[in-house]
Amino acid sequence: MATQALVDRPLVNPVRSGPKRAAEWARRAPLLPALVFTIIITQLPFVVTLIISFLRWNALDPSNRGFAGLGNYIAVATDSALRSSVVTTVILTVAVVVVSLLLGLGLALLLDQKFRGRGFVRTLLIAPFLVVPVAAALLWKHVLYNPEYGLLNGALTWIWSLFGGANPPQPDWISSMPLISVEAALVWQWTPFMMLILLAGLQSRPGDAIEAAQIDGATPWQVFRYLTLPHLRQYLELGGLLGSIYIVQNFDAVFTITSGGLGTANLPYTIYQTFFQAHDYGQASAAGVIVVIASIIIATFALRVVSSLLRNEVKS
Amino acid sequence: MTPRKVWRPWGVFAWLAGILFALPVLWMILTSFHSESDAATNPPSLLAPLTLSGYEEFFGVSSGVSPWPPLINSASASIGSTILVLLLAIPAAYALSIKPVRKWSDVLFFFLSTKMLPVVAGTLPIYLFAQFSGLLDNISFLTVLYTSMNLPIAVWLMRSFLAEVPVEMLEAAALDGAGLITTLRRVVAPVAMPGIAATSLICFIFSWNELLFARVLTGVVAGTAPVFLTSFVTSQGLFLAKVCAAATVISLPVLAAGFAAQDKLVQGLSLGAVK
Repeated sequence: MATQALVDRPLVNPVRSGPKRAAEWARRAPLLPALVFTIIITQLPFVVTLIISFLRWNALDPSNRGFAGLGNYIAVATDSALRSSVVTTVILTVAVVVVSLLLGLGLALLLDQKFRGRGFVRTLLIAPFLVVPVAAALLWKHVLYNPEYGLLNGALTWIWSLFGGANPPQPDWISSMPLISVEAALVWQWTPFMMLILLAGLQSRPGDAIEAAQIDGATPWQVFRYLTLPHLRQYLELGGLLGSIYIVQNFDAVFTITSGGLGTANLPYTIYQTFFQAHDYGQASAAGVIVVIASIIIATFALRVVSSLLRNEVKS
Repeated sequence: MTPRKVWRPWGVFAWLAGILFALPVLWMILTSFHSESDAATNPPSLLAPLTLSGYEEFFGVSSGVSPWPPLINSASASIGSTILVLLLAIPAAYALSIKPVRKWSDVLFFFLSTKMLPVVAGTLPIYLFAQFSGLLDNISFLTVLYTSMNLPIAVWLMRSFLAEVPVEMLEAAALDGAGLITTLRRVVAPVAMPGIAATSLICFIFSWNELLFARVLTGVVAGTAPVFLTSFVTSQGLFLAKVCAAATVISLPVLAAGFAAQDKLVQGLSLGAVK
């Protein structure tokens, strides 16, 4: 992907005489293994996906293979399941990123205060991120959401009995609010990630400006609004970008908690299912190509955000 | 820096939030030490007697299915890919920071852009290739894929560390006639070591956690711990204690590594933008 040169750095003089050329290749040599490896393993498959997307190819019907033209794309465009999975992906990603950013900000502000046991509380807060995602999804599905003996309903029973209530509400969490159930589990896992990045941002604030503002009689809210928040902006952007990259591609939680049922199938899950359960290679590839194109468009914007971060990092 | 005296009560909120967030994890660990019948009560039986039966079940005492092959597969894929990533990423980061190639920032952004393409869209060709060349259910093939998955992150991270090597020190070393090896050891290594630690931690965690590739490309031989964990879902009857024991064991390496290196975790997660 082409991006403009971002930072002014003393670069090699682009005059290419013999020895200079050799020197340039000597500079490139350490880079090449990683670059070639990445191109072969991450780019080549997409080229193959592009080719397959124009083929009529269902693994369950191997004799009927051939060129399909745009047939797969038309099938994908008219497939309501795929369209709804696009919507699900957007809702899931935006909800999880926004909620975990806000919660992460609140927790980072709390952890930025001085109190007894701060290091221990930080450790407690990181714990959700360090549970293997599949394990976390299983934990939420069976141990927390289970309508008969899950922790959530167990806690409701317990609270009701404290106040002498006879019939505590016992909702079936996953069936009654499937998408929110998946989102809650993901928010729980990603809030620590956001908190860590934002806490690092808070702790790199210039202390003297804040002290000066306080001496001048600024309220805590004014300090937050006019000093802390602008300083945190790039950290919020970084957290939002990285969170989006990972959550758009989420497979583990959807696969484990709802198996894509009840309207929670996101794009990765739907494509996975078309590949490996419906075995319609052509149609799944067409869907894949569309997703890649959409990703490139979104990524172009996202990369701009990162490039501003890079510029700041180099400056400081 | 901040008006700390005024904010004292916030410590209580922080403690409450910390306990609330860690509660599912603590509950998972507690349940893993309960018997199956105590694990499935409503309201929950907090003070039920502790037992190791969940762990015995996980380690296959009654079923005879050992979790060790998948655990070993996960360990070898994670450690192997982390080593491969470092071998590829460190020289690349060197060529993007200390002695930068022309258009180094374009190259850097190329690496990052590969992380933004949906993995699932490239999975079918990889599956077909593996099937064609007999690499299905092969842990080495999975290791190579994990390497490609983590390499962009590692290149970014290592570059951000190597970019901090002071240019004056490099020039001084060159003036003193220090060779490449000496310069690398004396000037670059002290800055690079924390970066290598952060990179290793992040690559290990992401490889250990990975499910999609492992599920699609492995079977009985090369199945990893997360794939093994999903097989618990189909169990009949009560299985909460067993699932909690399994989830605890499988999360243990990540929990231990992450807690031990909390600052490295932040550096790694932010691709080195935060130090």
